[in-house]
This record gives sequence, structure tokens and C-alpha cells, in this order.
Amino acid sequence: MIILGLGRWLHIMAGVMWIGLLYYFNFVQVDALKAATADGTNAGITKHVAPRALFFFRWAALVTWLAGAMLLGQMGHLGGAFALQPGARIIGFGAWLGTIMLFNVWVLIWPNQKKILGMVPATDEEKAKARRVAFLASRTNTMLSIPMLYCMSAGAHAGYYFS
Amino acid sequence: MKNPLDTLWGTVISGLVLTVVLYYVIKMWGV
Repeated sequence: MIILGLGRWLHIMAGVMWIGLLYYFNFVQVDALKAATADGTNAGITKHVAPRALFFFRWAALVTWLAGAMLLGQMGHLGGAFALQPGARIIGFGAWLGTIMLFNVWVLIWPNQKKILGMVPATDEEKAKARRVAFLASRTNTMLSIPMLYCMSAGAHAGYYFS
Repeated sequence: MKNPLDTLWGTVISGLVLTVVLYYVIKMWGV
């Protein structure tokens, strides 16, 4: 039982860090970077803030997903949730949304951010394309986070949400 | 048509709409 308790705690803490940084990027950094680029101070963000934020962002995403999968496994709902079976359907939708978001982080956002921030070589054209893909993937995750968090909270309290 | 994800409010409203849609899908399908 202690594993379930600690696992839930870890899932929530890592999830707060993941989604908190996602909201920081979307609600704060996108517009801040536009303003900073206009007055030539963008290096402060791209060199010092963004790489650190992305480090905690991507690893928190992975820890959140792993802790969530471990919790579902411990409760015997891992297969049922992903198969959207009755009784595990609400958390199943949350798990699928979280999985799509994890995919976006590691397959679309992080590889493209490495090009944008100059961590891997890229032409100006490649950087422009990477910027658009990373932006849309990040915005998609912000959009998906809203129903995902609804399903996560409703999964444990279905009576409040689906009475 | 403009992509709603290009604006912050478009993103948030899209997320809320998706939540309502998902709510009714789950409610009709059964929890």
C-alpha cells in the first residue's frame, strides 16, 4: 500500500512540475521571448532560462507517466485503462491524453527545441520549421492538458464529476 | 481559417470544448 501512496505523491509532484513548466512556456515565455527579441535581450531566455526549464520539463514528463503507469499497474488497471474498459474508462482517457502529451514532449518538442536553441546544428530554414512544429506541439499539449486534468481528477472522484 | 492554437485564448477555449465533448462521450458510453 505504501507503494501506491508514494507513487501517487510522486505522480502528482512530477505532474505539477511538468504541467507547471508547460504553462510557463505557453502563458509566459512565448510572449516574453517575442518582446525580448524585439529589444535584443532574448539571449537571457534562450541561453539561460529555456535549456534549464526544458531539462526539468522533459524529465518530469517521463517521471509523471512512469509513476502513473506504475500506479495503474499496481491497481491492476493498466490494460483496462488503455483499453478504455468500464470502470477504468475515465482514467483511461486521462492516461491516453497523458501518453499523447509525453509523445509530443519527447518526439516533437525536445528534438525541435534542440535545433532552435542551437544545441544541434540546423540551417535557418530548419530552425524556422522546428520553431513552428515545437510551438504547435506545445500548444497542443496545453489544449490537451485541460481534459487530461479533468479525467485525472475525475478518475479518483467519479461521483463528483459524473453523477 | 486561423489555427486556434496560434493564440493562447484559442488554445484554452479549444481545451475546454474538448473537455465538454469528452465529458458527454464518457457519460453516454458509461464510466
